[in-house]
Amino acid sequence: MPTVYVNDKPVEIGTAKLNCVQAAERAGVFIPHYCWHEALSVVASCRMCLVEVGELKDGKVIMQPKVVPGCQTPVKDGTVIVTGEYDKRDPSLPPLPYDPNYTKIPLGERAKKAQADTLEALLLNHPLDCPVCDKAGECKLQDFSYKYGRSESRMVDVKNTPPNKPHISSTITLFTDRCIMCTRCVRFTREISGTAELQVVGRGHHEEIDIFPGRPLENKLAGNVVDLCPVGALGSKDFLYKQRVWYLKTTEGVCNRCSTGCSTYVDSNKDIVYRLRARTNLQAQGYFICDEGRYGYHHANAAERFVRPVVKTNGRFQPQPWNRLLPQLKQEFTTAAQTHPRGVVAVLSPFLTVEEAYLLGRYFKSLAPEVRLVLGPVPVIGEDDKYPKNARGEPVEPIKFIIRAEKAPNRIGVEEVLKALQGEVIPLATITNETLTALWFAGGYPDPAHLDALIPTRWAMPPLLVTQDILPTMMSAAAKYILPATTGFEKDGTFVNHAGYAQTFSRAVRPPVEVRSELQLAFDLLGRPGLVQPAAIRQEVAAAIPYFAQLGATNPAPPSHHQ
Amino acid sequence: MPYEPVLLARIHKPDSTRLEGYRADGGYETFARVLKDKQPHEVVQQIKDSGLRGRGGAGFPCGLKWTFLPKDHPGPIYLCVNADESEPCTYNNRILMEKDPHQVLEGVILACYAIRAQKAFYYIRYEYGDAYRATQAAVDELYAAGLLGQNILGSGFNLDIVVHRGAGAYICGEETGLIESLEGKRAWPRIKPPFPAIEGAFRKPTIVNNVETLACVNQILRRGVDWFKSLGVPPDPNNPRDAGSYGPKLYTLAGHVEKPCCVELPMGVSLRELVEKHGGGVWKGRKAKAINPGGLSMGFIRCDAPLKGEDGKTEYDIPLDFNGPGKAGCLGLGTAAVTVIDDQTSMIDVLHNTCQFFAHESCGQCTPCREGTGWMLKIMDRMRRGLGRREDLDILIDVGERIGIMPGTTICGLADGAGWPVKTAIRKFRDEFEAAIKSGAKSPYARSLAMAGH
Repeated sequence: MPTVYVNDKPVEIGTAKLNCVQAAERAGVFIPHYCWHEALSVVASCRMCLVEVGELKDGKVIMQPKVVPGCQTPVKDGTVIVTGEYDKRDPSLPPLPYDPNYTKIPLGERAKKAQADTLEALLLNHPLDCPVCDKAGECKLQDFSYKYGRSESRMVDVKNTPPNKPHISSTITLFTDRCIMCTRCVRFTREISGTAELQVVGRGHHEEIDIFPGRPLENKLAGNVVDLCPVGALGSKDFLYKQRVWYLKTTEGVCNRCSTGCSTYVDSNKDIVYRLRARTNLQAQGYFICDEGRYGYHHANAAERFVRPVVKTNGRFQPQPWNRLLPQLKQEFTTAAQTHPRGVVAVLSPFLTVEEAYLLGRYFKSLAPEVRLVLGPVPVIGEDDKYPKNARGEPVEPIKFIIRAEKAPNRIGVEEVLKALQGEVIPLATITNETLTALWFAGGYPDPAHLDALIPTRWAMPPLLVTQDILPTMMSAAAKYILPATTGFEKDGTFVNHAGYAQTFSRAVRPPVEVRSELQLAFDLLGRPGLVQPAAIRQEVAAAIPYFAQLGATNPAPPSHHQ
Repeated sequence: MPYEPVLLARIHKPDSTRLEGYRADGGYETFARVLKDKQPHEVVQQIKDSGLRGRGGAGFPCGLKWTFLPKDHPGPIYLCVNADESEPCTYNNRILMEKDPHQVLEGVILACYAIRAQKAFYYIRYEYGDAYRATQAAVDELYAAGLLGQNILGSGFNLDIVVHRGAGAYICGEETGLIESLEGKRAWPRIKPPFPAIEGAFRKPTIVNNVETLACVNQILRRGVDWFKSLGVPPDPNNPRDAGSYGPKLYTLAGHVEKPCCVELPMGVSLRELVEKHGGGVWKGRKAKAINPGGLSMGFIRCDAPLKGEDGKTEYDIPLDFNGPGKAGCLGLGTAAVTVIDDQTSMIDVLHNTCQFFAHESCGQCTPCREGTGWMLKIMDRMRRGLGRREDLDILIDVGERIGIMPGTTICGLADGAGWPVKTAIRKFRDEFEAAIKSGAKSPYARSLAMAGH
């Protein structure tokens, strides 16, 4: 078995093709780096990942006389890596047979000095304006300087102060002086989005990131360059000066803006979502997210959101407390189902989680077997948007990112629930020409325009219409009862993406106080006692529906990757 | 007996740039003969046997480089001619290109035949307008005469030469920087390996050779290996890594000499002889203080410093072969461009000028070089304004030592060349630097620096 030694610790690498940074990670040793990113090409230019390498051969370690960039150096059987943190190695490990001539300078000292030198160089022209920088607290330049750098600068001369460039994009601003020229952003626009808006201009220490005049950074993946930027140079205008990052709570979420179901980090503070970031998950989307998803959280903070249940009385919507509303709803639907069960329909939108669809479906099927469950409208906008693109805007193989046309996260999950509960998936079109007596519309559409476009204008809505949604739509306008819905950040649950990959996510923020989650509501309608525990309902779904059997296993969280 | 120039033999002839003139002097006869009599691998062997080392600066054996090409490669294989001669005070390639372009082009054609390349890219720096026009005119003449194109002289050998004009950057002289620039990209040197011989221009095997090297290839095939080896210096028996310095070499003289010129001499002429005899001595009757023996990035020698291990000799007496400047702590022979600095010139001004060059020319890819060259310039600028501190000298040496491909902190050798003159100047003239810092005197040339801290 091929073995690599990292600070004397043997680690088996199998058949994997790894560089020193990756091999060290497997041994539990972190090698700091800026320019290297798993999804981008290797440029080995930041020189932060400098390590000492050698080879164990015939019982001797032959070390290379100079430091090498770990990101660019592949490992093979017998490779010996000595990092700048060699002195912090596990002391119980026996040292390898190093050449005594090499160890005249203590092992790791060369790498340690080279890394400290690199950090000194990076800070020469850096403004050190951390107190006003958005990145402070999650900045790799801060972190690495603290951990691997020197405490004071020897630079006494005037720093370069290139002008900031807020014009590079409508969504992104560039603090030019903070840039460390790792070129991750440039490589992203060339290799992943293919739109190549960003470039390097100038030479030497007067080098800057820039756009071609009149060609700003405007593509649907542009926001990723902010995530990629290891320092505070590229800032998201959406998030700028909103929060200090150490106040933010990070929760692992799943994006609900298309059927790709990207893994995200949801950053929130005091029940307000401030920022979404990409979470690396090779089974879902890979390393990035699109801007539709990234900035697609504002509906959760929107002023026009439904925040309490209302009932239409005398043509006007009046608030009604849940404890009076619930018995009323139950009673009206029970009556309707007893008189004419074929006239009762529950629409379950593809924005519901599997658990919510299951419990709501169970409730309506319990009223009468003839009550129908209908799949809510599935917005499909245009065609799948594939990246990278060439100069003509055509996608280029290999495809590295897809923004899907289907703008809903859980069509497959809801369909599977419907198949299990009533044997078939009934589309909305089959019921819009019927005369119904009662309709429960469980929506949760973050973009009301997407829903309105799919509602037939000549649809004669039944008198008993319950609409549960986030924002006003045509369905809420026609409703007798409007129930507030929770957003994707306000619930626990499971989405099944376009490829049938089920992802469970947890609640990042609490919904507004008078909002009762769909799961809680279904629980109450079913008359179940006790607290709602999404994990328990997940187990129930797994046991009841074979398609979801995998959810029954203790669902391991996807590995979180260091970026 | 004075040496009779070979590479520069034709430069003073009228119409030296024209094809008929070159043919009248036996031009392209070598090519016709090689095409008829020799297999490509025999040509490679001959160049290997001659011990020809690259004239571009690093002195890598030319024939050995050619053998790094993959065997039986289906092609295409490219030759890049490195005419991005940007080392300060270096103009030996320029004279060849302007005055005798056909001599170089025959070398290009012969090299392409040897390495089985069917296309050569002749990369000329932008500033060399005359050289570009002369070379392009010569290439046009060759196409008209049927010496380029398809099935040359009925032999089945095809070759096209593309003359490419750069946009003016020192880094384009680094072979992979040149290739990137040729491909239309920013001239950021590539990570090696793979070396260009395996994956070069347009991801195909590529050989990059200097103009003077290719002129030497021409002369070796014309006059034979024995002629070439009769000139220059054999390998030092005490140095197993020395491959010898054979053949003629173009030396350029610049700076404070009476007669700045380009002279052709056998390898190994002493620095003193070159300056005193061929350059007419130091100008205005002054004495030489420091000399830059081979292009700025090779560092400085101090003329009155004793040469280690050689009794009675000073650093002024070093031989200018591939080994010589190393004896005085310089990086190497480089481009053999000798710049003389007289005793009335302040080393602070010299070093400031040096740092300005490298700060301006650093491509900015690797952090240590990008920031290090800029920092060294800022320190030198402050020192020139009389605000230097003693610790600045240690910082300069520290930065000079830690940037470059030798300590492993950069991708290409530009940073080594940026650090070397700083290290050598401060180590050899520390007394002068310290005196200047102590006196706090402002250099008469000091002015606000356009390149720093704008």
